[in-house]
Amino acid sequence: MLDGRGAIQHRAGPRLWLSALWLGLLVVLALGAPWIAPKDPLAQDLMLGRLPPFWIDGAEPGYWLGTDSLGRDVLSRILWGARLALTVALVAGTLTCLIGATLGLMAGFLRGASDLVISRLVDIWMAFPPVLFSILLVAVLGPGLFSIIAAIVLIDWTRFARVVRAEAMTQGAMDYVASAQVAGRGRIGTMALEILPNVLPTIGVLLTLEMGIAVIVEAILSFVNLSISTDAPTWGGMIAEGRTSVHQAWWVLVFPLLALFLTVLSFSQLGEGLKDRFDPVLR
Amino acid sequence: MQLLQTIFLRLITTAVTLFGVAVIVFVVIRIVPGNPIAMMLPPGATEADIARLSALYGLDKSIPEQFAIWSGGVLRGDFGTSITTRQPVLGLVLGRLPATLELAIMALVMAVLIGGVMALTGTRLRGTRSEGAIDVANGMALSIPDFLWGLVLILAFGVLLPVFHISGRITPSLQLPFSTNFYLFESLVRLRFDLWADIVSHMFLPALALAIPLSAVIGQLLKQSLKETMHLDYVTLSRTKGYGENHVILHEALPNAILPTLTLIGVQFTFLIGGTVIIERLFSYEGLGNLAIDAVINRDLPLIQGIVILFAAIFTVVNLVVDLLYATLNPRLRHA
Repeated sequence: MLDGRGAIQHRAGPRLWLSALWLGLLVVLALGAPWIAPKDPLAQDLMLGRLPPFWIDGAEPGYWLGTDSLGRDVLSRILWGARLALTVALVAGTLTCLIGATLGLMAGFLRGASDLVISRLVDIWMAFPPVLFSILLVAVLGPGLFSIIAAIVLIDWTRFARVVRAEAMTQGAMDYVASAQVAGRGRIGTMALEILPNVLPTIGVLLTLEMGIAVIVEAILSFVNLSISTDAPTWGGMIAEGRTSVHQAWWVLVFPLLALFLTVLSFSQLGEGLKDRFDPVLR
Repeated sequence: MQLLQTIFLRLITTAVTLFGVAVIVFVVIRIVPGNPIAMMLPPGATEADIARLSALYGLDKSIPEQFAIWSGGVLRGDFGTSITTRQPVLGLVLGRLPATLELAIMALVMAVLIGGVMALTGTRLRGTRSEGAIDVANGMALSIPDFLWGLVLILAFGVLLPVFHISGRITPSLQLPFSTNFYLFESLVRLRFDLWADIVSHMFLPALALAIPLSAVIGQLLKQSLKETMHLDYVTLSRTKGYGENHVILHEALPNAILPTLTLIGVQFTFLIGGTVIIERLFSYEGLGNLAIDAVINRDLPLIQGIVILFAAIFTVVNLVVDLLYATLNPRLRHA
């Protein structure tokens, strides 16, 4: 009989490679946006509003994926939007990971007062509706890259803290930790040199998943018009415009949505693939 | 006795959590630069006007003082007055709550149905290609959040194949005989199936968008539990008794496999409720979430506070109910 786990591992290969391929391509496109993008992403031309993509009658050469209602080139805006999406994924994901994992390690291994405070905070955080909380934070901090990143870090650190805390507690009870301490290693040293390396695969998987979440949060924030400045090219902002004109110009919605969809799917599949491969705990 | 003690402890932690949420929201929205009062007055209003109105809303006092006044009001059931609409916050929020509850419950029902069918079909067809296909579909559904599903559904069933409405809660031109805001429920009670169909057509896509990720979670866990249960001796016994595969899965394995899934549904339901905020925005659905985003954009401090506290209260109450249900459903915990 076919074993379920065997089937999953069989699929993990192409899934990992396809996700990595798309993300790699996206990084190249984002870095090269100033040279690759055919038009200025901010240039408006009302005479060229809502042009269809190249294979449909009425398309204008040079505007491969059409234009939005202000005549801005959709392809160029997607490419420039990728820069913001990936910056947020990288910076917000890493910061969230550092803060959340550190707090989780402290709560799970040191226990005592630090565990009490951190766990209580996690409980309170879990009672906030996350989307509303992030919108609130960005509204308070004012739009801008810093606010988006701060909002993501402030909201999502609990994802890392919860999992890492549980994992550090399990590891902390194991014999090798006791022997390390017998051998004369201090509490902090044990935490950093014995526990951390064993929790690292879990953290890596969570980090990959968090990057996908960060991309979505940024899109949601720019969808409600709270991201960076209003006319800067963001996928969420393009989607918001596309949503309102979906019956007149579907391409304004479809192409940024496709980019967002593939990116989020890739981060998540990459995380799941890594989980199947390297992490006995989360599997 | 044990159960009562558990309930009591949980009620205390719930109260502490809600208090924490209230403090955080209160402080966060008050460190904001920009005076909400200045925003609501016409340009050309004098400093004196702003000061007078600030005093009216109590915004001239210190944050601890404001918090004391506000919490005193909350304990009496007074959540303050919305700055933009100048109506009591409680009334506004309770007026929108039914729309969000109906949406969330419809999404939950859809998620349970889809997830349940996926898990049962996957178990029935285990070892075949179809099981692999179901696993892949599940993985996809799980990786993509509700916001993106909402957009995909808008394109697929609102534009490409326009069978459902993609904005609003009900067609605005319809005459509504309703006396509550539970439109879906009341239209059924009043046997107004024409209105009911219109409401469902509006709710279907947002509810489905919310349901898809949850259905994948349910499908995955239930299938896993079923798989483990199917190997147990008593299941083999019922098979040797001559029961068919369908009977074995539905009547023997399912009742024993369902408990972990029920707990999970409870936890995940709070995520679903949190998801209504952006889904309502996406589908211009007039619920709490849409009201919340408007309140944030308009800097309507009392309204924001009221909504966030209500959301937090719903979250903690759902968690409490799930824990208690779990304690009563699980015989091992009951006698512990």
